[in-house]
Amino acid sequence: MIRVEGLSVNYGAVRALRDVSFDAPSGQITAVLGANGAGKTTLLRTISGLVSPQSGAIFLDDFSLLGVATEKIARRGVGHVPEGRGVIQELTVEQNLRLGALASKVNLAEGLEQQYARFPILGDRRKRYCSTLSGGERQMLAMARALIANPEVLLLDEPSLGLAPQVTSQLMRTIRQLCDSQNLTVILVEQNAKSALRIAHQALVLHLGSVAAIGDAASVAADEDLKRYYLGVVVT
Amino acid sequence: MHNIFAGLSQGIIYSLVALSLVIIWQSTHVLNFAQGAMAMIATYIGMTEIDRGVGYWWCVIISVMVGMALGGVTERVLIRPLYGKPEINPIVVMVGFLGFLEALAAAIWTSTTRNIAEPFSQIYFKSNGHLVFLSSFVIFQIVLAIVIMLSVAALFRFTKLGLQLRASALAPEVSRLLGVRVSRMLTIGWILSAGVGAIAAVIIASGNFGLFPTNMDGIFVASFIAAAVGGLESPLGAVAGGLIIGLGEQFILAYWSPDVAPLGGIIILVIALMIRPQGLFTKTTIRRV
Repeated sequence: MIRVEGLSVNYGAVRALRDVSFDAPSGQITAVLGANGAGKTTLLRTISGLVSPQSGAIFLDDFSLLGVATEKIARRGVGHVPEGRGVIQELTVEQNLRLGALASKVNLAEGLEQQYARFPILGDRRKRYCSTLSGGERQMLAMARALIANPEVLLLDEPSLGLAPQVTSQLMRTIRQLCDSQNLTVILVEQNAKSALRIAHQALVLHLGSVAAIGDAASVAADEDLKRYYLGVVVT
Repeated sequence: MHNIFAGLSQGIIYSLVALSLVIIWQSTHVLNFAQGAMAMIATYIGMTEIDRGVGYWWCVIISVMVGMALGGVTERVLIRPLYGKPEINPIVVMVGFLGFLEALAAAIWTSTTRNIAEPFSQIYFKSNGHLVFLSSFVIFQIVLAIVIMLSVAALFRFTKLGLQLRASALAPEVSRLLGVRVSRMLTIGWILSAGVGAIAAVIIASGNFGLFPTNMDGIFVASFIAAAVGGLESPLGAVAGGLIIGLGEQFILAYWSPDVAPLGGIIILVIALMIRPQGLFTKTTIRRV
């Protein structure tokens, strides 16, 4: 599980996160919602060590992640699919997957087989350069690349970005299945609040860097007042 | 006919230096403008041991090791602080470093040309009484270039290290998120590139060309053009580019005038950039610098 305590992050004079605290339990999906600029991506990047916080603590089970290099955090089992997916275009599908497997001790051949079984389209396209993949295919590749390392934690930054509604639904179902079958700790940042809340166990709503609300997904979804924080408009 | 052989033997030198540029480009996306000068310094340090009676091949090994160490230290000290800042910075710093190294070499070893005894015969073969500009030494260089070319290609295509090197240059942040030790990969890229550069410089110094502080300047320019023409991502392209530039210069020398020879390389570069700017042997799209 991931525990965040009193996390504050500044980008110069801008307070991106203010005193954020929450627990993301194992085997559960924690949705992180909020308008643009609320600090959702900053939260994930700080957990992964790409950004240093001003104060606060982050724990992966008992292990503190503060001050630990990003690559070490990744090797400890924290998979992170960044905003925009980060699929390396100049490499093939298989090369991207090989890269994902490098950091872990998994058997490459087995890992590849498993991901191709889970995402058959990737199997068909394994020798293709990623610049030729569609948005949905890239999303699958980015997920497979994170999963091939058998992570304990999965940080997903706006996986539905740019995807058609049908593809998004399928993607969300897949995320929920994976979380259940592998007992993953999933932190899911999403603009598509409706889709995220459908599969999440708990939800965290950020507003201008602070926690506006935290609770189980059903309650957060039902709370009309909260909608203005993640839709950015007052809903009447 | 002899022009062709002369062009090839000159071109293979450019191929060797161009290969070191391919390595550094593929591993770091930085072009080391001080590549030639660093290799020159490594050659001085290694080859002056010959005066003390150390064997030629041991000196080559020393030069390569010094070159590699210099590459690693340069990355850590000069380049590391520049990551995340404008891409022009490392280029400017390396150009300055180039000047510094040449001045340093002149100060320590003077600008007098040293001639190092060549390891193989440089006597050209004869065919029907005509000079064929191929000697045992040139044949050795050709074999060496092919071996290095194949090794570099194999490194980047088939090995885990090669994949990590490429990923570190293409997408450093994403690579870190995947657990790749990106800083280490960048240092390794500099080390390998400097090693190959040092091999090239040793060969150049052992020929009739000799060793002096600025001996790599013209060669670096031609090699850079060769790498650009062949495609910075292709070891085969580097070798082909080197040979093309070598041949181009030779023909200009033979049919036009010696003064115009350096222009040959530039003309080829302009034509190549107009027709196929991404390089003759690459698959990827154009990158703007």
